[in-house]
Amino acid sequence: MAYFLPSDAKNIPPAEVAEVDLYHPHSWVTKYVFSQDAKVIAIQYSLTAISIGLVALVMSWLMRLQLGFPDSFSFIDANAYYQLITMHGMIMVIYLLTALFLGGFGNYLIPLMVGARDMVFPYVNMLSYWVYLLAVMVLVASFFVPGGPTGAGWTLYPPQAILSGTPGSDGGIILMLVSLALFIVGFTMGGLNYVVTVLQARARGMTLMRLPLSIWGIFVATILALLAFPALFVGAVMMTFDKVLGTSFFMPHIVEFSQQLSYGGGSPVLFQHLFWFFGHPEVYIVALPAFGIVSDLISVHARRNIFGYRMMVWAIVIIGGLSFVVWAHHMYVSGMNPYFGFFFATTTLIIAVPTALKVYNWTLTLWRGDIHFTIPMLFAIAFIITFVNGGITGLFLGNPVVDIPLSDTMFVVAHFHMVMGVAPILVILGAIYHWYPLMTGRMLDETLGRIHFWVTFLGAYAIFLPLHYLGLLGVPRRYFEMGETSFIPPSAHTLNEFVTVVALIVGFTQLVFLYNLVSSLFKGKLAGHNPWRATTLEWQTPEVPPGHGNFGKTLPVVYRWAYAYSVPGHDEDFIPQNVPPDQIKANEGGETISGSGLAARPAE
Amino acid sequence: MVVALLLLLVVVGTVVFHFMSPWWWTPIASNWGYIDNTIIITFWVTGVVFVAIVAFMAYCAFRYRHRKGSRAEYEPENTKMEVWLTVLTTVGIAALLAPGLFVWNQFITVPEEASEVEVMTQQWQFSFRYPGEDGLLGTTDPANIDSDNPFGMNQNDPNGQDDILIEGDEVHLPLGKPVKVLLRSIDVLHDFYVPQFRAKMDTVPGMVTYFWVTPTRTGTFDILCFELCGIGHYAMRGKVVVEEESDYQAWLAEQQTFAQQSARSGGGVNDAAIPVLSEAAAIAEQGITQ
Repeated sequence: MAYFLPSDAKNIPPAEVAEVDLYHPHSWVTKYVFSQDAKVIAIQYSLTAISIGLVALVMSWLMRLQLGFPDSFSFIDANAYYQLITMHGMIMVIYLLTALFLGGFGNYLIPLMVGARDMVFPYVNMLSYWVYLLAVMVLVASFFVPGGPTGAGWTLYPPQAILSGTPGSDGGIILMLVSLALFIVGFTMGGLNYVVTVLQARARGMTLMRLPLSIWGIFVATILALLAFPALFVGAVMMTFDKVLGTSFFMPHIVEFSQQLSYGGGSPVLFQHLFWFFGHPEVYIVALPAFGIVSDLISVHARRNIFGYRMMVWAIVIIGGLSFVVWAHHMYVSGMNPYFGFFFATTTLIIAVPTALKVYNWTLTLWRGDIHFTIPMLFAIAFIITFVNGGITGLFLGNPVVDIPLSDTMFVVAHFHMVMGVAPILVILGAIYHWYPLMTGRMLDETLGRIHFWVTFLGAYAIFLPLHYLGLLGVPRRYFEMGETSFIPPSAHTLNEFVTVVALIVGFTQLVFLYNLVSSLFKGKLAGHNPWRATTLEWQTPEVPPGHGNFGKTLPVVYRWAYAYSVPGHDEDFIPQNVPPDQIKANEGGETISGSGLAARPAE
Repeated sequence: MVVALLLLLVVVGTVVFHFMSPWWWTPIASNWGYIDNTIIITFWVTGVVFVAIVAFMAYCAFRYRHRKGSRAEYEPENTKMEVWLTVLTTVGIAALLAPGLFVWNQFITVPEEASEVEVMTQQWQFSFRYPGEDGLLGTTDPANIDSDNPFGMNQNDPNGQDDILIEGDEVHLPLGKPVKVLLRSIDVLHDFYVPQFRAKMDTVPGMVTYFWVTPTRTGTFDILCFELCGIGHYAMRGKVVVEEESDYQAWLAEQQTFAQQSARSGGGVNDAAIPVLSEAAAIAEQGITQ
């Protein structure tokens, strides 16, 4: 049966499980603070993640100031610099991107898009946020201990991470490891919710192949997280033991500054295997939700079904599975058995195939579409370009012999920023512009949005594109300053200055966005019901923003896939998932199309 | 319209930047030109794909922009097109992987006639050891390291007696001869990289790693540490001097062997090493106290 054809009301099986029993809050504290409502939890995750992300953004300005204008800022010394790069990296990857995509977007979108009232384990879901907040606070605490936060690089490689030649090797590294362990505990709690809700709490008629790709992306990413984070957890525990108890999991015999240490027999490469067994799936934990969300943004704003939905789903699943067998492409120069290089190079380049298919399908959705250049659409297009750029440089690095000269250079820095820092952030921004009207009932300001978009997209591209070429030249990463070399021309320093200036401009432009977020709460144009005219269930709620329980008295019933845009034979260019086939024409008589039949009112 | 033009600007700008960029790899001084060639192939394959995709997007942004009365086509999937795209992509990927793995095989297969040189890394300096007349490096053990024996040589191993120990940060290599660079570390991860050689490998305490290279032109080149090793990482430098065989042999003859250094009173620390060691200690002091 063709997956995109609608089903008759009679064919839809009854619900398998009883409705989620909601907790009904009665006090302000249980409504907005210790809330079990996934929508509130989503906003809590998002605000916390964005706040700590802004701290990391400011850190990146300080790093760029040092790189662009070395010796100009005496308070940025080598100690501080290495602490900055470490905390910037760890915060951005884990505490911002992972938390925002899974904890923020996952919590908000999953129940709404699958047609459930809330997550299946609301109490544990609530706990997951507070554990995440605790993890953030422990991380921040590392700034205030003697020695300051760790400066071991976000990859925390031993032995240097716990030895005295590295900043923060007293308390900083321990707090980092504890914070990561807490984060993982919190994310396991949340992750179980996301997976089980998608599997068990979908509305009647919402088969897996009718789920929007946003959900597929978040769902598969959560499975990856549940399976991959334990590797980081055990690595963190073992490193903590090495530091605190003097064990030697990762510590061979070491002579540190002429002193014989009492470690022996451990393997630093073991840590790298554990870290990257987590670390590579981690980048897909960030990328897959972005892939899913951008598919939906393009569909809605080009009024066209996502091209090749089935392949897109399979691509997400295959990328997720393959992501577990590519990790050692981060280790070609680690000194591991060189024959591993053949295996991991092959798997790494294989994973490029389903990824490329996704890019083709996004592009083919634009083809023969009806493209509205709304701000979410602009961000989606910018994502495709920066992701293709970043993904392509990954092909360079995936080939072991090409990785040898490029490893640990600015080429790697440029690659991962483009593919993880620029592309997914563009999706996050586009997604916020897209779903803000649902969350608040108001539209974000258009003019401010366009300024924000063009400066961010073109600026970020101008920051990271040139850095690839510095890497080709041989400029290393994680260098406090270059000093004298025979092979780096003075023009490279000028380029660093240019990149710093652009980075500061792009950084400050985010203030425009923050201002827009706050001011539109009060002054934004009223959005009304389903302003983007989307088919997915989150836009078909009776109240905007959705109230407690999401869908009013009765849960929706789903009759079709999520991409019934511009279906021939219908006046309207979209059909929501929950409109019964026999009611479509009636709804197209000029009335608002709404599954529940109620006109939308902004929430009180 | 504006959007389509700006997308075109991005792709044209990228291509122009690539061809006009003064920042390109530094001229090669080793046999690993194959690596450079593989990079060129990768740039061509991926460059064509990048231009094609972004230019196509710019075209779609123009041709399919919303105008009054426009409507999208409804086509859930097109299996034939998707299969074709998969096949073409796989062929392109294989075209990148095959030469890459071929050269990787060469990279890890050391030629039989290669001589050996050992690089010893520590926070934050490079030291070097040659096998001497017998062509064999003596065994070492970090437990033996002390001020009299900075390389941790095993006194009992006769092969080590004629090893030439260089504690300064300058290593010499003969032109045109393959050399297997053995890498070891006594404290943390480091890396030995000469950009002109294109070859590097991390040094790992508790292991001996390697890469091999044949220097193909004379000159003095920078060695940089290429794996974060603590606060002095950026200052951990050295020099490699590639010279004609005769000059190389002459230089080698002037260096002291382990036996000669042990015979000197107080142990064998070359004078050149003292400023480097104290600089490393100074960095440690200023950097890690708070």
